[in-house]
Amino acid sequence: MLDAKVPDGPMAEKWTRHKFNMKLVNPANKRKFSVIVVGTGLAGASAAASLSEMGYKVKSFCFQDSPRRAHSIAAQGGINAAKNYPNDGDSVHRLFYDTVKGGDYRSREANVHRLAEVSVNIIDQCVAQGVPFAREYGGYLDNRSFGGAQVSRTFYARGQTGQQLLLGAYSALMKESANGNVDLYTRREMLDLIVVDGRAVGIVVRNLISGKIESHTADAVILATGGYGNVFYLSTNAMGSNVTAAWRAHRRGAYFANPCYTQIHPTCIPVHGDFQSKLTLMSESLRNDGRIWVPRKQGDTRRASEIPEEERNYYLEEKYPSFGNLVPRDVASRNAKEWCDKGFGVGSTGTAVYLDFRDAIKRDGEDTIREKYGNLFDMYERIVDDNPYQMPMMIYPAVHYTMGGLWVDYNLMSNLDGLHVLGEANFSDHGANRLGASALMQGLADGYFVIPYTLGDYIAKAGPAGIGVDHPEVKAVEEQVKARIDRLVNSKGSKTVDEYHRELGLIMWNKCGMARNESDLKEALEEIPELRAEFHENMNVTGSPGNFNQVLERAGRVSDFFEFAETMVRDALERSESCGGHFREESQTDEGEALRKDDTFCHVSAWEYKGPDKEPALHKEPLNFEEVALTQRSYK
Amino acid sequence: MAGNTINVTLKVWRQADKNAKGAFASYNAKSISTDASFLEMIDVVNTGLEKEDKEPIVFDHDCREGICGMCGAVVNGVAHGPQSATTLCQLHMRKFSDGDTIVLEPWRASAFPVIKDLAVDRSSFDRIIEAGGYISVKTGQAPDAHAVVVPKVKSDAAMDAASCIGCGACVAACPNASASLFTAAKITQFAKLPQGDPERRSRVVAMVDQMDHEGFGSCSKHYECEAACPKEIKVENITNMNREYMRTLVTRD
Repeated sequence: MLDAKVPDGPMAEKWTRHKFNMKLVNPANKRKFSVIVVGTGLAGASAAASLSEMGYKVKSFCFQDSPRRAHSIAAQGGINAAKNYPNDGDSVHRLFYDTVKGGDYRSREANVHRLAEVSVNIIDQCVAQGVPFAREYGGYLDNRSFGGAQVSRTFYARGQTGQQLLLGAYSALMKESANGNVDLYTRREMLDLIVVDGRAVGIVVRNLISGKIESHTADAVILATGGYGNVFYLSTNAMGSNVTAAWRAHRRGAYFANPCYTQIHPTCIPVHGDFQSKLTLMSESLRNDGRIWVPRKQGDTRRASEIPEEERNYYLEEKYPSFGNLVPRDVASRNAKEWCDKGFGVGSTGTAVYLDFRDAIKRDGEDTIREKYGNLFDMYERIVDDNPYQMPMMIYPAVHYTMGGLWVDYNLMSNLDGLHVLGEANFSDHGANRLGASALMQGLADGYFVIPYTLGDYIAKAGPAGIGVDHPEVKAVEEQVKARIDRLVNSKGSKTVDEYHRELGLIMWNKCGMARNESDLKEALEEIPELRAEFHENMNVTGSPGNFNQVLERAGRVSDFFEFAETMVRDALERSESCGGHFREESQTDEGEALRKDDTFCHVSAWEYKGPDKEPALHKEPLNFEEVALTQRSYK
Repeated sequence: MAGNTINVTLKVWRQADKNAKGAFASYNAKSISTDASFLEMIDVVNTGLEKEDKEPIVFDHDCREGICGMCGAVVNGVAHGPQSATTLCQLHMRKFSDGDTIVLEPWRASAFPVIKDLAVDRSSFDRIIEAGGYISVKTGQAPDAHAVVVPKVKSDAAMDAASCIGCGACVAACPNASASLFTAAKITQFAKLPQGDPERRSRVVAMVDQMDHEGFGSCSKHYECEAACPKEIKVENITNMNREYMRTLVTRD
């Protein structure tokens, strides 16, 4: 049984009590301890900067050319905080409640409550750093509302909130780098975790420019390496986002929790062709005025404007008369897929549905629509080259966030001593579904306000690791990394790495995507190992390992996606209930909605690696709900 | 969606490493969908090269939605290509015609040494930020966010400047390879905000000194930077930086 180490006491007092009970490292001693932080997104940069300010020696790693490029930068909408500035009834308890419910009762209550508590400090910190949040004419901060909440608690900086928060954390990191307390290692990719006597004490990285394999040791290791959405090949993630750091830690003993929880966003610009590399998200606010439809005739190739009203199927409005086009994300996504699968999809590839503003423009006028959505319409036109004021938009769901991740306890430490995991890379706060504007909140909560406390407690109890880079175990891991790179680079087959990644993505999308069933998942479990074997046999890695080699980088990442994919499918198969973003066709209500099975599945599934080609072992952390009563979500 | 395809010829700068002598190489990009982005077009060319067991063209890129600032190249002499206010990843092939020849070069600046092919080392930008592009507040020190009121007009001006994605197009476009627009944008962001005031004087001096130290040129008002900037950062920021600098030199604390 996994011990989450949730502190005793009433929910609202757990964190306060825990902070008092944790051991401290005295200021003069902190400089004797070193911490490795992998990843420089919101969680990684904020953690690295904060720990350095406290006095720890920090080494910060990222695979990009600068810490400022991390994919947190692409978040658009905003960041939640229970400030209650609008005086509309928000509170820490309400943010906590909304987040637990939004996660479909599959998150750990105590973690979520702490998240809600520290959310208010994040906004203070960011404002002090000079983050230019949107303001009202009186000079005070503006708020807007977001999905899953009935209050306005979202702070934002135009459509670039993630960028501004990341640049804030990046500036704090660079301040500490200037002070000489943080060493920055850019264009370094973590390829393995060093574990000595059960304690994580370092990492092995590849210098992406020189190809050199480097080892770094420290008294604790923090992974803030993001999510695994690119297992689907096409997603809204950046091209470089990958599971390698998390997967390599998993192979060294860290449990992987709830890998089947992925969030699919319903309103993205659809795939345009075989060479598509990336999907772009359009704010779901568009569904307030747009009507979603497909032609009633299969394979109808007429232009949308030529299809008369009676031949249009407004399927959401027909199926969900009370919610219509504003059903939750997962429902909207699943229905779009269903109609496209049946051959009613539109566009050149048939995998898109219309989002039509014709009636809204007729009702409110083009100017009103432009006022509300002008920037989104412009973005659509730039990418698709079609005028959405005249022709309906074409949209399709896309993968954009992963709720699963490495298992962590209340202190954000994995089951491996010393290995801490923050942000999207861990599993803890969003359950089976994340609410909008909560990813930025969690990343910064973990980095600024949780790990600075809990890491101190760990260091105070564990003491120095005392492992240098000459330690035999370090050398042994280095050799394994080099051998693996040699294997990859000696692969001289006939297909490209990307071709295999695309094929893997299709298996995952078709069989472990928006709707899953036992037979598809079992098929995927057959197909993935076959394709993986072919990948290792027949992929072609050009160039040599001793220099800047982007094909080799991708080959390593895809190789890990192949292994990870199998565990993800296994998790989806094992969890025969539907919850949040995980929809099992066998488990739905009479109305076709997600049906949880709380008696059997009210737990975290944490998988233990047992070796190559061996089935992982399942460990369960039971979830107890003290504060929020479990209920069936209903959209009727 | 038009769904057309075009054939174009690429003349791409290939350079094995920092010290190697580079040269242009020609590639045919065939049957490129006009709906493809510019980087997807390079992906297609690279797939072809990989199939022939040749090393693909190295280029930096990540988010492919115009915000991370990682991509960029000079396309037919123009940083990020012909479409204004657009990063290379958001440029689409419909902006080109069948039979076009496209010349592709890395950012050219001594402070941005070429690493390989189209990828350059922009760590000089990080060092400029390191010199003072921050507010020295530690985690936990901040007062309530509403303790300091910021007029909306100032906040909006700070946001305009803060939109910079640090791609380096301003440097590539400048005949002097000046980093003035990049540096000025960060100085302006903090100069507009009360939070930035305590370090206002030291910041501008340190950042400008670092910019010079890195080997970037000076601004001689060509304004090519503003024209190339994918986020439409205005040259007014440079005027503001110069004003901040002069103010620091001629006044006392």
